[in-house]
Amino acid sequence: MAELAAGILPSGDPAFNYQEHELNERLKHLYPAVNEEETPLPRSWSPKDKYSYIGLSQNNLRVHYKGHGKNHKDAASVRATHPIPAACGIYYFEVKIVSKGRDGYMGIGLSAQGVNMNRLPGWDKHSYGYHGDDGHSFCSSGTGQPYGPTFTTGDVIGCCVNLINNTCFYTKNGISLGVAFTDLPPNLYPTVGLQTPGEIVDANFGQQPFVFDIEDYMSEWRAKIHGMIARFPIGERLGEWQVVLQNMVSSYLVHHGYCATATAFARATETLIQEDQTSIKNRQRIQKLVLAGRVGEAIEATQQLYPTLLEHNPNLLFMLKCRQFVEMVNGTDSEVCCLSVRSPKSQDSYPGSPGLTPRHAAGNAHLHAAGADSPTCSNGVTPPAKSKSHGFTGGVKYASVSSSSASASSSTSSSPSSVNYSESNSSDSTKSQPHSANSTQETSDSEMDVEAEHYTNGVVEGSSARIMNGTYKHEEILQPDDNSIGNGVTNDSCSNGRQLCGGNQAATERMIQFGRELQMLNEQLCREYGKNTTHKKMLQDAFSLLAYSDPWNCPVGQQLDPTQRESLCSALNSAILVSQNLPKQPPLMLALGQATECVQLMARVRSGSCSFARVDNFLH
Amino acid sequence: MACLLEAPLRISVLSEVTATSRHYVDRLFDPDPQKVLQGVIDMKNAVIGNNKQKANLIVLGAVPRLLYLLQQSSSSPELRTECAVVLGSLAMGTENNIKSLVDCHIIPALLQGLLCPDLIFIEACLRCLRTVFISPVTPVQLLYTDPTVIPHLMSLLSRSQRTQEYITQIFSHCCKTPEHQTVLFSHGAIQNIAPLLIYHSYKVRMQALKCFSVLAYENTQVSMTLVNVLVEGELLSQVFVRMMQRDQPIEMQLTAAKCLTYMCRAGAIRTDDSCVVLKVRLSADLFTLIIVGASLSNVAPSSPTQALPCLVRMCSKEHLLEERVEGAETLAYLMEPDVELQRIASTTDHLVAMLADYFKYPSSVSAINDIKRLDHDLKHAHELRQAAFKLYASLGSNDEDIRKKITETENMMDRIVSGLSESSIKVRLAAVRCLHSLSRSVQQLRTSFHDHAVWKPLMKLLQNAPDEVLVMASSTLCNLLLEFSPSKEPILESGVIELLCGLTQSDSPALRVNGIWALMNMAFQADQKVKVEIVRSLGTEQLFRLLSDPDSNVLMKTLGLLRNLLSTRTHIDQIMSSHGKQIMQAVTLILEAEHSIEVKEQTLCILANIADGNAAKELIMTNDDMLQKIKHYMGHSNVKLQLAATFCISNLIWNEEDVQAVVNSDCAHKGSQERQDKLREMGFVDVLHKLTQASDPNLCDRAKTAMQQYLA
Repeated sequence: MAELAAGILPSGDPAFNYQEHELNERLKHLYPAVNEEETPLPRSWSPKDKYSYIGLSQNNLRVHYKGHGKNHKDAASVRATHPIPAACGIYYFEVKIVSKGRDGYMGIGLSAQGVNMNRLPGWDKHSYGYHGDDGHSFCSSGTGQPYGPTFTTGDVIGCCVNLINNTCFYTKNGISLGVAFTDLPPNLYPTVGLQTPGEIVDANFGQQPFVFDIEDYMSEWRAKIHGMIARFPIGERLGEWQVVLQNMVSSYLVHHGYCATATAFARATETLIQEDQTSIKNRQRIQKLVLAGRVGEAIEATQQLYPTLLEHNPNLLFMLKCRQFVEMVNGTDSEVCCLSVRSPKSQDSYPGSPGLTPRHAAGNAHLHAAGADSPTCSNGVTPPAKSKSHGFTGGVKYASVSSSSASASSSTSSSPSSVNYSESNSSDSTKSQPHSANSTQETSDSEMDVEAEHYTNGVVEGSSARIMNGTYKHEEILQPDDNSIGNGVTNDSCSNGRQLCGGNQAATERMIQFGRELQMLNEQLCREYGKNTTHKKMLQDAFSLLAYSDPWNCPVGQQLDPTQRESLCSALNSAILVSQNLPKQPPLMLALGQATECVQLMARVRSGSCSFARVDNFLH
Repeated sequence: MACLLEAPLRISVLSEVTATSRHYVDRLFDPDPQKVLQGVIDMKNAVIGNNKQKANLIVLGAVPRLLYLLQQSSSSPELRTECAVVLGSLAMGTENNIKSLVDCHIIPALLQGLLCPDLIFIEACLRCLRTVFISPVTPVQLLYTDPTVIPHLMSLLSRSQRTQEYITQIFSHCCKTPEHQTVLFSHGAIQNIAPLLIYHSYKVRMQALKCFSVLAYENTQVSMTLVNVLVEGELLSQVFVRMMQRDQPIEMQLTAAKCLTYMCRAGAIRTDDSCVVLKVRLSADLFTLIIVGASLSNVAPSSPTQALPCLVRMCSKEHLLEERVEGAETLAYLMEPDVELQRIASTTDHLVAMLADYFKYPSSVSAINDIKRLDHDLKHAHELRQAAFKLYASLGSNDEDIRKKITETENMMDRIVSGLSESSIKVRLAAVRCLHSLSRSVQQLRTSFHDHAVWKPLMKLLQNAPDEVLVMASSTLCNLLLEFSPSKEPILESGVIELLCGLTQSDSPALRVNGIWALMNMAFQADQKVKVEIVRSLGTEQLFRLLSDPDSNVLMKTLGLLRNLLSTRTHIDQIMSSHGKQIMQAVTLILEAEHSIEVKEQTLCILANIADGNAAKELIMTNDDMLQKIKHYMGHSNVKLQLAATFCISNLIWNEEDVQAVVNSDCAHKGSQERQDKLREMGFVDVLHKLTQASDPNLCDRAKTAMQQYLA
């Protein structure tokens, strides 16, 4: 929005820039639903859309008359730069009468594009005005109706367009004069008209605070529309609705793997969970691995649990591998981190994750506040006692399942994790510190990592990625078994600060080798499926990291940010769900997305109430 | 209990239900307290929402027993609480139920119960008390009979959310007189209730707000205190302003606006908030603040102008009829004394046109479609009409343009005319107030008033009406009798003089003033016939009684009447020839007594008029005492009196040359010469000479003209 404004108006004058800034702030505050890229707001009078008898000055906000002013044939008008967007809901601008000139034949109002400018607003079809000399309102007619008081030098006249019921009222010096017009057509421009020499008026499209308390008026309509939504009649279908809502909540919890919460919820509401417990937990485990930056393990686990999944999704596999490479640079992937760090437990590089909550498309920062500032609590959804008991049963189940699959590979962490799992429900990420205390050298190292990668979540602009995590801490589940990979632990002198692959030589070599493999995979994919520019770009970006001495502070360093794992995590989760014939998006998010779309659609079809029915008004 | 069945009407009803109902009552007498408790609980479940059952139990005498159990200290807390709950449930029924409960002395029993330490029991008692007190049939005085009750209720306020809700609700319903306000105020109602305005529960906030509105109503002491109350660092008036925001519930907006209105009318908040005035006042106030640490009362001025648009909104069609009535009445009260607020309101949201809708109930649509709605509309139709009239009266009380706007509203005059003869006293009073307000307009008197012959219903109203209506009607009549009013003639012919003379004998000073005032207006430049009729009808005795009326307004208007009666020369002579002696006597008395400058001036003007008569002159000329008095007033320190006295002398020495005197010109001329000589002898020429040097130009001119008569 700021860029847009700068593009339209000349800048340079600091006072003007300040005013511009204030205007942007006020417009954003008053009309949050307006997408200015689609429908820009009026910010000044248009130097192009005016009659020749009109002169503009003061950044096109001041209008003066420069014609002869002999009779009504000398009337002249000017329109604002843009029509009023319907998404404003309620739109308001004010005009101050600087001078009434000779006769004070001034008209303030609205007109559609193309209406003759050699006229005062209100005289023609699709033109509406309130005139100062007689106080009459003119509704597309040469004869006015008695409306309000007359106005003259020093008065501030406001014009409010209600795009919800398509009416308009004026204000004089902050006092509402009552409805002037009804059944207004869409796409009207703020318009003023003057007719005699000496007439000067200044517009305020939000540059200054308004004399009339428009926000109070808006709040009334907001309350009305919210009331309408809240009281929407559902009649006999109350029970039906309740079931739908419960299913939505339940499926959402399941989707993101809030296993214990989902079970508790299902028990309380006597609903059924579609997916079985094991499946949920498997997904949860894989997600945690991705979020912890241990992509290699995640790939392995996926291949083991869903053998054909990645085969059928080569693109996904490629993305995962790319990420794995990035994580190697980061020093978080287990293939490299276990080479450098003895205690994998301390490698919890995603301490914020227990607090992670799904990010909604709106990217509303406060949504995440609770999660973000309490990394030690398990999202506050599951009472510890409950989750503990559940964790126990869950753990048992898991153990039995995993034991059956244990034969597949020696690398699964199933058995130890299931045990830890049941204990860890009420534990928190701070525990990682005592765990890591077994080696002083590494402690400092791992703490560094923790610090460096700790971030508050919700700050990143949201893609459609939804990352979740369960109520469980993952450091215990994710204890990787060193045995599987942990061959040849060469603990070299680890310097402080972040280093490539954790600063380990062997790890670096492993990374380079992995890079080659990745390159080969890409070539193979190209042969099989044709060139893929996205892949190429991804690969380039990932390899570019090696070109910098400090990859974390380089132009492509963004990739190393742990939040970048979220979209991938979500994609993998969705892919697994699809492979299990489950919806790839939870219905709740679908509904939310649909509602958001609907509101945007309302703006496009010029239904003003969209302004006060915004989805984020209802997300607390 | 058999005796209760004697009521003949109830027998048939009872015979069917007595059996079950009696069973409930009988169980209250069980010797086993546990069974009694169960009995009360069963009774509670049986009466909920069942008015018939409630009535039956009351008739069967359950109330005294329940009260007995409630008061018995041997009863278990559960039992006592359940008793209070059942009683509360019984109170929820019809008004008759409440009457029966009050007759059984439920109020003192429950108030006594509040002394118990058990909070649950206290809450049950309060809930029942609340239900009883909010009923219109309960005498509110019962809350104040025991002086310890109010302080105790104040102390209970902090106990729980329920006690807060119930107690504030009781207060807001039981504060009906200035005495009640004082009692509550002196027991710290403001300090105790103010924090509840920002309490999280809406019900508590709302009841607290209502308390403030009833406390502040026409009460300067409370209002002045309220201005300085801070709630969590915020001025109370600002809290009220916040409550008026448009997204708040209508009830809250309306009540907050009422609070501000009452504070404003009590003089605690200023009505103007124009920026300039505010800034000037602000600096002055801050200065005082520093010096004496005085109140912030004048620094929070914008509230009434924020209350005004809020109240105008309440008048709009989209609100409930009750809200529209309250909104209009409050708005009328707010702007009554302030022309600036009247002007603002008259342009806000088409208020004048909006009020026309108040007369459209019940609408023809509602009558056909919906019986319930018709009933509702009918009930409120009177209230709506009177509220609209009141608001119109207030709007038009000062500004000519607004009056014009009102009379131009569709069918406005017809509505007033029919309002004057409506059955409801309230509507008649409001309609006549509205008419009175509009009658202050010369233009309206000449046009719409005459076109619609408003004098007819007005005269009818004057024949037989309560005093308050009579005051307004006669005051309106005064304006209708003004000389330029075309209605004056027809009114005269309808025998109004008798009626007005009757009013001058009223006990009410306001009615006496209006009566004599109307006569005064009527006598202004009137025909001889009318004047004679007035004098005859009023009778000199009554006229002189009025000249010694304790009310100075009455005196002033009576003098005005005399002055108007004594206007043209022939009339003067005629009246003075028959009543000269008494009039001179009365004039002497007034001039000698302690009276205001205005009264004396008016009296001197009467003398001047007398001096203008041909024969009447002699009454003064032969009265040396009177001449000395005139001389005295010519030298008075007040210019007005000097002027009037000089005028009188000027008339006495006037050289008669006009047509009237032609017949007797010699005689007249001779007369004037004689008078001039006599006055010269008495030293008037010297006085006049001195007055030609006076600093006041009028006085100077008048003296010079008089002197010229000597030269002629």
